[in-house]
Amino acid sequence: MSQPTAQREKRTAPTEAAAVPRPSRWAVLPLPVRHLVLAALGLAVVTGLLFVTGDLTALRIAAIGYTMLAIAGLQLLVGGSGQVSLGHGAFMMIGAYAMALLVLHQPMLPISANLGIIVVVSIVAGLAVGAATARLHGPYLAGATLILAVGLPGLAHRFHDLLGGSNGLNIRTAGVPPFLQGLVSTSEWRALVVWTTVVIGLAVLATISSGRLGRRMRAIRDDETAAAMAGVPVGKTKVVAFVIASTAGGLAGGLQAYVLGTVTPSSFTLVLSLTLLAALVMGGIGSLWGALWAAIAIVYLQIWATDLARAMDLSRDAENNLPIVFFGVVLILVLRFWPLGVHGALQSLRARLRARNS
Amino acid sequence: MTHFINLTLNGLASGAAYAALALSLVIIYQATRLVNFAQPALALVAVYAAYTITQLTGSYWIGFAAALIVGLVAGALVERVIIRPIAKTSQLNAIIVTLGLLLVIQGGVGMIWGNEQHGFSYAFSYVGRFSPADGFALAAVGAVALLLFLVYRFTPFGLRMRAAAFHPEAARLSGVKVGLMLTAGWGIASLIGALAGMLAGPPFISPNVFDVVFVFGITAAVVGGLDNPFGAVIGGLLIGLGMSYVSGYLGPELATLSALVIVVLVLSVRPDGILSRPTARKV
Repeated sequence: MSQPTAQREKRTAPTEAAAVPRPSRWAVLPLPVRHLVLAALGLAVVTGLLFVTGDLTALRIAAIGYTMLAIAGLQLLVGGSGQVSLGHGAFMMIGAYAMALLVLHQPMLPISANLGIIVVVSIVAGLAVGAATARLHGPYLAGATLILAVGLPGLAHRFHDLLGGSNGLNIRTAGVPPFLQGLVSTSEWRALVVWTTVVIGLAVLATISSGRLGRRMRAIRDDETAAAMAGVPVGKTKVVAFVIASTAGGLAGGLQAYVLGTVTPSSFTLVLSLTLLAALVMGGIGSLWGALWAAIAIVYLQIWATDLARAMDLSRDAENNLPIVFFGVVLILVLRFWPLGVHGALQSLRARLRARNS
Repeated sequence: MTHFINLTLNGLASGAAYAALALSLVIIYQATRLVNFAQPALALVAVYAAYTITQLTGSYWIGFAAALIVGLVAGALVERVIIRPIAKTSQLNAIIVTLGLLLVIQGGVGMIWGNEQHGFSYAFSYVGRFSPADGFALAAVGAVALLLFLVYRFTPFGLRMRAAAFHPEAARLSGVKVGLMLTAGWGIASLIGALAGMLAGPPFISPNVFDVVFVFGITAAVVGGLDNPFGAVIGGLLIGLGMSYVSGYLGPELATLSALVIVVLVLSVRPDGILSRPTARKV
């Protein structure tokens, strides 16, 4: 459907290098190590943030974390191989229900084991959908994944006994481990668990995207036929991209279930999938930074709009609908005036400042 | 057996609405190469306008006409004011903007008319196995499809529309106002979308009433081939039948997922829809 231009391809590499004083030594480190160091740095920043803010903000920080992971996966798919998926929320739903079922039926498993199982489940689901849709391209893939996003919540109603129907499932997960009791609150601990998983996931995504697989995906995005002529296994690469994206989505859904403690079909509507994709484009499609801005936008636009509606003392209908309208308006305005998204706008601003200084 | 016949007739009637929505998606896809996700939202505005005007005047048909006019104007406005400046920069962005528009309009309708359901009447009686309302739906969509075919095929206006869609540069060189044609195409498409809304809306309308209709509409368009108006109509009727059988025999919760199965099966065999012709590609 789209043939994004080469200028979209702004990787995070320059920013990452700038964060470290001696780029020469930094540059010789292998990529996975570099990404892991950055992940640790990111986790340190989040931990710092958690200690200076309260419990409510901890939950929001956790929400930004799992939303960012989901969007980063989608970014690899849309920005990488150019497959537009409107069904990302469906994979979040699979992950979330997997987490809920694991906690309910295998309560003694630790959270790390649950997350590991969710990764496997998501890979299987991604393989199934990815293989089925591998031949579809552009709007046809978008249409098929759209149907997945709308249809999957129906399963929760169909298998009412197992999945709890429209009330969904409520779970109770273990809180702070004994040795940290008194040091961190439950919300802070959950946010830490979320962000640890998220930064590892992001490091993996960044490594994939700058490696051979990422290159192949971008070749397919720019011209499928040319990529095939150059020896890129088009079908296989597309399925792999889809599987990676759905794994990130499933993991994000599992983390969401872990933080919120409840899973309902109504939280995985089409609007969620559309919002994820829209926020990704709004944040900036070529970079993981874009995923961060996108996640912040999703979490905070909602909060601001709710506050705004309260402050304006609107009717209940208006108050309920204001967040979605607000998000849509911001989305349209951002794309109208910054076609490359927030990250693109920030980059051009930085370039302009640098030009003025030198 | 009667159950089967009932399901078939119901399927054809609801398929008419899917066909109309698919047709509106295909017209816009042909003209601008993008799937207009705001289509159900535009239909929503048209249907709510019809609801209000029917309440004010007491006449269903004045409301019906109002819906079509609102659809026409809304589609043209959206193309001219929102889509055109953005479509210049990137196609993906234009698609995302239609998503944004969908969110804004759905939320806006909820803010104005409320999230709860409103009763919305049929054009004719809906009682019986193949009710007058069902007949009207099929006849209306059939008439629109035929009219559209005649206009596109046999009038100078239709020729200009096709020229602008298939070869904008050459059309512009021969004096066709391509921009105007795009606006007209969006207007016509949204008018047909509004018709789909009037057919699919009753008995109740709410801001999310067209979500499922849209899914089946896009399924129909994709199955028929996004480039082919006839495919859209045939796809719409097929999806209507298929969904009716699945809901009748397996349960309504599985209808949307079975639409996915249909899409995957059809597109695995024919990646560009049932009525597509293979196209050559330059690298």
